[in-house]
Amino acid sequence: MNLIGKNITYKPDNQFHLNDVSFDFKKGNLYTILGRTLSGKTTFLKTIAGLLNPDTGELFFEDKDFSKIPVWERNVAMVYQQFINYPHLNVYENIIFPLKQRKLSEEQIKMDVEDALKTVGLVGFENRKIQELSGGQQQRVALARSLAKKAKILLLDEPLVNLDYKLREQLREEFKRIFSEGLSQDTILIYSTTDPQEVMELNGEVIVLHEGRVLQKGDAKEIFENPKNLKVAEISNDPPMNILTGSKSSDQLTFENISINLPAYLKDLKSQNYYFGIRASEIKLDKEGEEFEIELAEISGSETLLHLKKGNSKVIALIEEVMNFKIHEKVKVKFNANKFYVFNNNEELVSSPYGAHNG
Amino acid sequence: MHKLYTFLKYTFITLWTVFIVAPFLWAISTSFKDFQSVNSKVTYIPWLDFEPTLEGWRVLVKSPARGGVDIVEPYFNSIFVTCTASLISIILGTLAAYALSRFTFKAGFVRNNDITFFFISQRIMPPIVLSIPFFIFLSTIGLLDSLLGLVVVYIVLLMPIAVWIMVDFFNRVPKELDETALIDGCNPYQAFYKVVLPNSIPGLIVAGMFCIIFGWIDFFFAFILTFTEVQLLPVKVVALNSSITPWWSLSASALISVAPLIIVAFVVERYLSKGNLSGALK
Repeated sequence: MNLIGKNITYKPDNQFHLNDVSFDFKKGNLYTILGRTLSGKTTFLKTIAGLLNPDTGELFFEDKDFSKIPVWERNVAMVYQQFINYPHLNVYENIIFPLKQRKLSEEQIKMDVEDALKTVGLVGFENRKIQELSGGQQQRVALARSLAKKAKILLLDEPLVNLDYKLREQLREEFKRIFSEGLSQDTILIYSTTDPQEVMELNGEVIVLHEGRVLQKGDAKEIFENPKNLKVAEISNDPPMNILTGSKSSDQLTFENISINLPAYLKDLKSQNYYFGIRASEIKLDKEGEEFEIELAEISGSETLLHLKKGNSKVIALIEEVMNFKIHEKVKVKFNANKFYVFNNNEELVSSPYGAHNG
Repeated sequence: MHKLYTFLKYTFITLWTVFIVAPFLWAISTSFKDFQSVNSKVTYIPWLDFEPTLEGWRVLVKSPARGGVDIVEPYFNSIFVTCTASLISIILGTLAAYALSRFTFKAGFVRNNDITFFFISQRIMPPIVLSIPFFIFLSTIGLLDSLLGLVVVYIVLLMPIAVWIMVDFFNRVPKELDETALIDGCNPYQAFYKVVLPNSIPGLIVAGMFCIIFGWIDFFFAFILTFTEVQLLPVKVVALNSSITPWWSLSASALISVAPLIIVAFVVERYLSKGNLSGALK
């Protein structure tokens, strides 16, 4: 009764959009697909919807061969990152469109639409034209249309990416509520995004996609605590995890020109060269710390992002308050020694602050 | 500076308006003159400069036997041929354009753009190149000197315009709109006529307008491919000319020839100014 994909590959013009992707999605669950732009997220969702036919691989849903069923009979719903609604119809007509297509009874349609409008908070907007709505409202209409359908598979392709910061925050909060209230246990929800924070907040099963390949599967906590390799660590953190090359000796971690006392959890690590990863939020201003030069200071919301440089080492630090810095100013920062991820020369995780991984 | 700009702007607009409107006024005035008023001295204003007469207009509806040139039948012939050919061109052209915009065709070295260019290339050719092939073609299938034959020829002339405009229009309709329709339970045909077509009305209007204009003003093929049975308006208007140029009835026929186009222009302009042509899709 699950949605199962086996070894799905899609490579038009000899470029991999999906490369040997397999999955097993269970009903009633939320799956998030995390990946950069062009990592194949949209292709992944379109393949499930049936808009694209993979070159090889199999797709099953409820024990039926899904690839034999055309899109319009698949009972899926999809919300695009662009706000796609039918411009010639008003809000109400937009939402009933798929229901009328399925020839549901008048009363049923009326009830479903009212429910959907309530869920997305657009009651009273029924007769508005789509062009009169703001971007956020347009996206709500698209969401209402896909919710009203009560489809068994609901696909959301970066639904928040084209909204401004404030609306995104607000809708993200509402999504959590909608997903917990508005969905039946019969639905598989697949949500794609580039934003690690969204993944953490939605807290579903995560699939990390890069260049059409699944890099890691697991729940949000697992991805956060044990990123399987350097790429996952980069993709699943915003700003990307700082990666420093360095070596481990018996009592120290040494990067190019920085030394740090060996934290206890890395004691058993073989002494050799490694990649060390540390999150931007684990680098703090500290008068006792190492001196870095500021290359760039960005203020976003209530945080300040510092791009720092020392010799050839470049790191990004996330300061949780708004501060004014001058470019080329020198600051002292300290790395939280207990939060280093260690990757070997094959870029695979060997040790994580949340418990040793592959030894 | 600003005043000077305003002054120049309105001066230019005024001159341009005079340039456009004056010939119409002149034609209207001339259409009510008789031989005397045209050929003696310069006259402009009816009743003041000359005594208006309806003779110029009467000639247009009188049968040739009674010394007139009956343009009523050619007029309706023209309307029939233009409208039928435009309608068929729009229907076929829209379907072709949708296919060219949404599907990928591969046949040897031929791709979508080549097919689109093939359509447009039909208009790049000077029409005279087509005259002999068309003549032989129509005489072979026995449609020379008939309305149906003219409709066939005009479809060849008008459909490229429809394809050209509609391909460009469909390319600007996001593909995701079709995909959403498919996901919402439409098969490809329903997606086309329930979603894509209703959002393409502005494009259809523009394409239709171009077809009507180009069909209506064609003289060349109407002249070559018809003889006695069937005549179209532009040919008949030319036939008005005889040893004495009847300026009055020429003016009258010119006025009623452009009348349909002016009506179309006004209707579309109403629609345009309401802002309905743009902003349907953003």
